[in-house]
Amino acid sequence: MISSNLLAIFYLISGVLFILALRGLSSPETSRQGNLYGIIGMALAISVTILSVGNFSLGFLYLIIFLLIGGSIGAFIAFKIPMTAMPELVAGFHSLVGLAAVFVAISAFLNPEIFNLGTPGNIKVASLIEMSLGAAIGAITFTGSIIAFLKLRGIMSGSPITFFGQHYLNLFLGISLLALISYLCIKQIDTLFWAIIIISLLVGVLLIIPIGGADMPVVISMLNSYSGWAAAGIGFTLENTALIITGALVGSSGAILSYIMCKGMNRSFFNVILGGWGGNDETSSSSVQKEKKPVKNGNADDAAFLMKNASSVIIVPGYGMAVAQAQHALREMVDALKKNGVKVSYAIHPVAGRMPGHMNVLLAEANVPYDEVFELDEINNDFANCDVAYVIGANDVTNPIAKSDPQSPIYGMPVLDVEKSKSVLFVKRSLSPGYAGIDNDLFYRDNTLMLFADAKKMTEEIVKSL
Amino acid sequence: MEIDPFIFRLSIFILSIFIGYYVVWSVTPSLHTPLMSVTNAISSVIIVGAIIAALAGNSMNVFDTANIFGFLAIILAAINIFGGFLVTQRMLAMYKKKKKDKK
Repeated sequence: MISSNLLAIFYLISGVLFILALRGLSSPETSRQGNLYGIIGMALAISVTILSVGNFSLGFLYLIIFLLIGGSIGAFIAFKIPMTAMPELVAGFHSLVGLAAVFVAISAFLNPEIFNLGTPGNIKVASLIEMSLGAAIGAITFTGSIIAFLKLRGIMSGSPITFFGQHYLNLFLGISLLALISYLCIKQIDTLFWAIIIISLLVGVLLIIPIGGADMPVVISMLNSYSGWAAAGIGFTLENTALIITGALVGSSGAILSYIMCKGMNRSFFNVILGGWGGNDETSSSSVQKEKKPVKNGNADDAAFLMKNASSVIIVPGYGMAVAQAQHALREMVDALKKNGVKVSYAIHPVAGRMPGHMNVLLAEANVPYDEVFELDEINNDFANCDVAYVIGANDVTNPIAKSDPQSPIYGMPVLDVEKSKSVLFVKRSLSPGYAGIDNDLFYRDNTLMLFADAKKMTEEIVKSL
Repeated sequence: MEIDPFIFRLSIFILSIFIGYYVVWSVTPSLHTPLMSVTNAISSVIIVGAIIAALAGNSMNVFDTANIFGFLAIILAAINIFGGFLVTQRMLAMYKKKKKDKK
């Protein structure tokens, strides 16, 4: 019904709308409009595709039904999901994109005529490479995201799973994938195509299991990137501009986020991917001997007194705040402090939480205005002039050892200069080290007051005594 | 000699990577989570492939194997599209500026 040239132009428009959707995110004010552009782009792409096929028979009816089923499931999840569960949600969504890419590749392989790719058993070589790559990356994204989901959800332990020869096995599987794809181009046997998908599913699992829970920000960003490349692969197969543009956008977006996250931990991408970091708190051997050092122990009243008499307070939230769901209590505390004339701001480390921007969303949920929330570079110099730093659920990102001890595994990682403030209030359940398995020197400093409690309970108690 | 259309698609791809690179670097870090959920939603534009796979072909036989995979992909992509855009909307609605009339 629509000529293929016109169709291509519509897809181009969708692609441009998607670019505008990402562009809108450069500031919270324009972001909502950006999201609208994204929705329009998507609606356009779907409608012109349906028109172009022009098949309004029984199949069309099913299409609408399936679209509505999927749509209502998606809408239900979107409205029900608590903000603290956002990392799992995004991981779960990535797995769906991956699987959808695999399914589209399979139907293109089984029925290449509908996409003008040739006939079964006689598919164009270029298309064959593109669809196998799309299917392989899609399958890796699918199982990889499922593992990430299980780890984030706590169904699977966050500690890395490593075994002898893991890297060699992955290397072997990777090489055999390439071999299978090349062989498929010579001999188009169905079994080869299925083998590619099955091996890729396995690679997805193997790739993510050795990565520890705290490295999840990198993993999620990386899977985000993969889902983009999978879409681009399918886009080349289907000769569809909208998919190619989107795939490239998403692919580079995920790659940039992975880069930012790695830089936030001062680790190379390969170091994260090869995994093995971040065991359980208990497994660390260094924690036992150091516990003898004296720490100053405080309670909610002490903390309230200190903060009430301060002129400026900086709050440093971390993953622990998300776990304890303490963001609302925290906002109440800040409100109470502001009434006392205390200047309060928030300092967010790039890798705080389990995904990029995790803390910002939680604070936004608790109605914290976004112009009170600062990134590491913006606020780090302010600690020197601040009276109290309130560290809630963060640990390694405040560890001064990253600046002083070249032996430390986190040496060189950018950290928040919390120790420079006049006093530090550290809300934590115990003295156990953070995910890097190293002791935080900050606990034993003279200007540090440890508040041993659940982040939410402690904050609520402080609100009471304010 | 005529240029293979693949080269054009490759050009679009490469240029889009560059656009993505510059656009994403300008995204403010506080919106990185919505960035992930919206990229997730737009990458589900893969649904166009699913629609073609589901609808095309023999209209007598709606559920040919290739079509079934198409329909399954439609469900998955639809979950993502609706879920992704709506959750992004929900998050973005929470980002508020400081009120001018401070208490």
